Amino acid sequence: MNTATQTAPRDRGASTPTPSRARPGHRRAGGGTGRWAAWAFLLPLAAYLLAFYAYPLYRNLDLSLRDYTVRSFVQGDAPFIGLTNFRQVVGDPTFVPALTHTVVFTAASLVCQFGIGMALAVFFHQHFRLSATLRALFLVPWLLPLIVSASTWSWMLNSEAGVVNALLRSLGFGSVNWLTSPDWSLVSVIIANVWIGIPFNLVLLYSGLQGIPPQIYEAAALDGTTGWQRFWRLTFPLLRPVSAITLLLGLVYTLKVFDIIWIMTKGGPADSSTTLATWSYQLGFGSLLPQFGPGAAVGNLLIVAAVAFGLVYIRVQRRQGGTA
Amino acid sequence: MRRTTPWWKTGLGLVLTALMLFPVYWMVNVSFTPDEDMRKSPPDWFPVHGTLDGYRAVLGQQLPYLGTSLLVGLGTVALTLAIAAPAGYSLAKLRPAGAGVVNFVLLVAQMIPGIIMAMGFYAIYLNLGMLNTLPGLVVADATIAVPFGVLIYQAFMSAIPEEMTQAATVDGAGPLRSFWSIILPVSRNASITVGLFAFLWAWSDFVFASTLNGGGSLRPITLGIYQYIGNNNQQWNAIMATAVVASVPAAVLLVVAQRYIATGVTSGAVKD
Repeated sequence: MNTATQTAPRDRGASTPTPSRARPGHRRAGGGTGRWAAWAFLLPLAAYLLAFYAYPLYRNLDLSLRDYTVRSFVQGDAPFIGLTNFRQVVGDPTFVPALTHTVVFTAASLVCQFGIGMALAVFFHQHFRLSATLRALFLVPWLLPLIVSASTWSWMLNSEAGVVNALLRSLGFGSVNWLTSPDWSLVSVIIANVWIGIPFNLVLLYSGLQGIPPQIYEAAALDGTTGWQRFWRLTFPLLRPVSAITLLLGLVYTLKVFDIIWIMTKGGPADSSTTLATWSYQLGFGSLLPQFGPGAAVGNLLIVAAVAFGLVYIRVQRRQGGTA
Repeated sequence: MRRTTPWWKTGLGLVLTALMLFPVYWMVNVSFTPDEDMRKSPPDWFPVHGTLDGYRAVLGQQLPYLGTSLLVGLGTVALTLAIAAPAGYSLAKLRPAGAGVVNFVLLVAQMIPGIIMAMGFYAIYLNLGMLNTLPGLVVADATIAVPFGVLIYQAFMSAIPEEMTQAATVDGAGPLRSFWSIILPVSRNASITVGLFAFLWAWSDFVFASTLNGGGSLRPITLGIYQYIGNNNQQWNAIMATAVVASVPAAVLLVVAQRYIATGVTSGAVKD
């Protein structure tokens, strides 16, 4: 099935279609001209990756290892201070809360997105009337610009005028200060993030369900299993490879979520929804006195985490690609 | 399983979809709500006393931002296609040694958080004087789509039968002619897919826009909305009207691209 583009996750592309290699009939570019041509066509990409991936990353690493001020930032003569920025960041009172919030935000988002996505995938897999159309409509939250989703949720969760509190009041509950109370701000951004993440999980898991041969279910139906047993004994184990990919991709993308939190709460109030991503931005760009060095240091910690899980993802995908 | 399609499932599906899309409906509803009703409790569930004030504000204040976003989006599409199509061709058909390394780098590149890229870009652009420029934002936004584009092109082009290019090679066409007059036209659907997503991601970008173009006059629509939220907290109909307008490309993509997505891509994240 053609899922790659639909499944291309939100901000940073990446449905990572594995190109089918080594087809019979394909020749490697053997002789002289062929090899040169191959590299000539790759040249723009190579130049682009070097100039606009490698170099910014190098600059970012450089930022985190030097004592930058606004002046030396422009002049480029900041002294080398080794890991001092990293030490400062780890010792900062914001570090532990930011790390905790990142873990809670990521874990809660993943569990909810995956659970709801799985339930919806199983539901839509039953092919009722209109199911294809409705499934397509579920993609909408994922295609909207994050600023649109985040500002819509901000207004819906507004303490006095928000529709969510209006609903709570009409049901007899009290109002909740979703975005302005330190107890609720993290919950609020998780709710918005789950909403945005459901389509991605739904699409991936749905395409996984389509890969399960119907004969397996027919055999199970003969054995008289109930729907619930069928899910836990058949569907869930059979979907394990797809689930692993979905969760790992989700993990990599959730770790770096920045827009939603920044737009809805700016990490506040009082750092109650600050994650490593928003803290990095806060340090580098969020105040009048930018601290580029520590900001870049936090960013580099985040890169290490994201790439580590990313490598796990690539490993899992390779292994599955080999056996599938 | 296909034979039994009870209506209650369609009903439940409709309810779930309505729940899921409620925030989108609410955005539209608020965009028509007059200022004086904005803080009414309970709120109006339908825009019965609707106003177009919000949309008038968009036309009056946000048009330049929309123009910037359009230019940035188109520029990003052009740059992404120009880099990704030849690279995809090379990896799929010419197969240089080291193709595996390139693919690995492309996968890792997608894992890097945008906020970190933004900080590196900021440092570079500050020295080059490229902050608050359209080309600067285009180059940065293209980093979101280029790895994805190469992988899509590569997947699509490796499915093109070898015979098509062999015939041309017999006629004396070099790799450049084969690429330009055979592979590229055949890969039209891949181009459309990559282009649509490159446009959507550039149009939606907030991280690069706020770090690299935050201060200047060349701000895209995402920053237009963001500054609206900061400046006039009261005019939520204008904010939501801008959000509705900013969502148009996503809606177009959903309607138009469904067709191309289906034909454009041959393999996905999930092998089935």
